[in-house]
Amino acid sequence: MPITYEPIATTTLGSAAADVTFSSISGSYTDLVLIIDTAMSSSGATVYIRVNSDSGSNYSTTTLYGNGTSALSVRLSNNTNGMMVGPYDGFSTERLNAICHFMNYSNTTTYKTMMNRFNQSDKSTDASVSLWRSTSAITTIFVRNNSSQTFASGSTFTLYGIKAA
Amino acid sequence: MANTYTAIATVTATTSVANIEFTSIPATYTDLLLLYSIRSAGSYDNVSIRFNSNTSSYSTRRLLGNGSSASSDTTSGVSGSPGTAALCGAIPGTSQTANTFGNQLVYIPNYAGSNNKSVSCDSVDENNASGANAEMTASLWSNSAAITSILLLGYHGNNFAQYSTATLYGIKNS
Repeated sequence: MPITYEPIATTTLGSAAADVTFSSISGSYTDLVLIIDTAMSSSGATVYIRVNSDSGSNYSTTTLYGNGTSALSVRLSNNTNGMMVGPYDGFSTERLNAICHFMNYSNTTTYKTMMNRFNQSDKSTDASVSLWRSTSAITTIFVRNNSSQTFASGSTFTLYGIKAA
Repeated sequence: MANTYTAIATVTATTSVANIEFTSIPATYTDLLLLYSIRSAGSYDNVSIRFNSNTSSYSTRRLLGNGSSASSDTTSGVSGSPGTAALCGAIPGTSQTANTFGNQLVYIPNYAGSNNKSVSCDSVDENNASGANAEMTASLWSNSAAITSILLLGYHGNNFAQYSTATLYGIKNS
């Protein structure tokens, strides 16, 4: 049985950091999965992912989320912040996790999509799909937030590669 | 290359059971993934998850669609025992279509770490009739202890039906 689910890299923060980067991502997998377990320094910002250092208006996201009161959906078009991981109305300082799937990330003929779940129990539970309008293979993943806040010490970010065969 | 995705244990109910439990979970993995297919022996239920037999410090936020509308609530919106376990999705029971089971996926990153534990759960219980939900929940267990046992139980106190099954996987990042 071939091993189809392989860890590519893990970053565990020894001190708070504003962002985390995975670079030189091999094109030898079919899909990528990014697992984030973190807490933020203060509330209010939103977590995004940029790829290949692209800060242009090439990202869009449609999200469905529940905030404990209502079920809501929003779309962000032509977004320069990146693909939104969540939440739309800003995180709190409570522990959160996100599970991000990048489909067919290394082909050079189609735009790239990311499907993700975001979970912060005092804020919201979210399901989102994002698009990066580029045919380039994804070689760098840059996890950031839009408010100059930091990911807490002890946060972990692990990137896995999945092979179809 | 190490095998990063390992089946730790599978439990299948050979008769109606009060709960499904995984004990002595080793700390040798990075994350845990729990997949199960469960039917309630009562009229209906939700699956709830308790760690290390601890009955406090849980919170949950939920998003669900029932075939006609979408809504969101916290455990305060569900009768039962809020706060004594993390809430996952609904499962069918005797008031729903026979032979239908609810399928759920639970992901727990850094389960052996010293931070609070955040939990993701995706749930479906389609049964070709009313009373079926698709749900997502975000839960937190505000406890710094490593997770060494996981107890699945009916949120409303009902047993799980025969043939309910659950498998716990460990995922390594190296």
